[in-house]
Amino acid sequence: MKRFFDNELETFRSHLILMGETAIRQVRDALKALVDGDIALADRVIAADDELDDLEIKIDTEAIRYMNLRAPVATELRLVIVGMKASHDLERVGDETTSIAKRAVKLAAEPQLKPYVDIPRMAEIAIEMLRGALDCFINGDSDGAIAVVKRDCEVDAINKQLYRELSSYMIENPQTTSRALELMFISKSIERIADHASNIAEEMVFLNKAEDIRHREELKKSGV
Amino acid sequence: MVTSSNFQSTTAPMDSSATTTGRPAPKASAAAPAPGIGRTLIDIDHVDFYYGAKQALFDVNVKLEEKRVTAFIGPSGCGKSTLLRCLNRMNDLIDGTAIRKGSIKIRDVDIYGRDVDPIELRKRVGMVFQKSNPFPKSIYENIAYGLRIQGRNKKSDLDEVVEKSLRGAALWDEVKDRLHESGLGLSGGQQQRLCIARTIAVSPEVILMDEPCSALDPIATAKVEELIHELKKEFTIIIVTHSMQQAARCSDKTAFFYMGQLIEYDDTKKIFMNPSNPQTEAYVSGRFG
Repeated sequence: MKRFFDNELETFRSHLILMGETAIRQVRDALKALVDGDIALADRVIAADDELDDLEIKIDTEAIRYMNLRAPVATELRLVIVGMKASHDLERVGDETTSIAKRAVKLAAEPQLKPYVDIPRMAEIAIEMLRGALDCFINGDSDGAIAVVKRDCEVDAINKQLYRELSSYMIENPQTTSRALELMFISKSIERIADHASNIAEEMVFLNKAEDIRHREELKKSGV
Repeated sequence: MVTSSNFQSTTAPMDSSATTTGRPAPKASAAAPAPGIGRTLIDIDHVDFYYGAKQALFDVNVKLEEKRVTAFIGPSGCGKSTLLRCLNRMNDLIDGTAIRKGSIKIRDVDIYGRDVDPIELRKRVGMVFQKSNPFPKSIYENIAYGLRIQGRNKKSDLDEVVEKSLRGAALWDEVKDRLHESGLGLSGGQQQRLCIARTIAVSPEVILMDEPCSALDPIATAKVEELIHELKKEFTIIIVTHSMQQAARCSDKTAFFYMGQLIEYDDTKKIFMNPSNPQTEAYVSGRFG
């Protein structure tokens, strides 16, 4: 039976999907700006963060209104709760992409420290994780969500490897310190993006199965 | 101490059905299991119930736990009130009604056994109705009535029970200075709590509530719900309600019925967070129909 307020939930879902797509585009653009040294694109990424901020507020407002007036239970309740949490994660993804874009602008003004191989690779994994988490939301696929969570350690491993490598650059040649630090922060931002993707995937398992899989060591350790 | 056999006639022999399972018939309170939260108190075993030729319950099979609040939910005509009324044999008062298959046991005693006295059963399994129905007597006499018909007329005894029952129903402070005024002069919410006080005065083991708040305003409803929360420390409560929020707020376990069948029975938090059956989900979400 269709209810007169069912379209409110559809709108809510649509806004969450739009926010996810926007976040993925932002990550992709921020990395492209870094790799290509494209300052104009970096500026557009920084400016577009407002879109994610606005969507987060919109989703929160809709969720609070729905809980207040429609008294959701079961799947609907989980959707509203998960929507609020996921939108917060996506907003933080936006903050990380802004940080990456700002550092891309700084790095574009200096000679490239090293070929960008690992950072695009870990960014691609993070994007795949975000895409996977979003697909799980759309398709209700809990197994896919768990697979996303398991990939987080791949990104963590590359981040650690980059930390060691960039530390070596700084020790060997202090002139590289500022560029190496920028790259370290970028690496850390990507690692955080993967964490947020992992959080969203965990939330999708809760949405689909009402099962809380957060902080399970067996999921964090597997996958590498 | 409530015994397993105290709604049985003291002169009649034990119902043979109580022994056909191979278990010895309960004899005395000392032999009964100690009351315990969550232990099975009422065993509804594959019950088919009929109003004449019309079947109203289909193979209902559920065990209800002691000192818990169990909510029966479902659309009108689903059989939830019918089952509730089976639990203290209120349906006996309607011609042509019968359980044609299965049994209902309270503490292992078949309440439809030949030796079970329905009047005694209803002392143990009290009922609060949708519409409050105080007797046209004083507040005091409404409570004392059940004791008087048991032959308990000693004033100090009655005074004690009246006060204890009214306190138990969270009504004492509101009526202690007008105990001898008519119960019909109370507000709707107070009258309903008076009926609850009247029910608990005879120390039942189970309280059945058939939509007890449907005629009450939100404040009176909140008081009754608060009362239910307190009463479950001492009593096993089964409540029929059309309010999903009330079932979610008040009950520990929830049973969802549809067209005479028990569709799902589980912890209330499970029913309202992640029900197993899509029909349950549709009903609690208001998508049913």
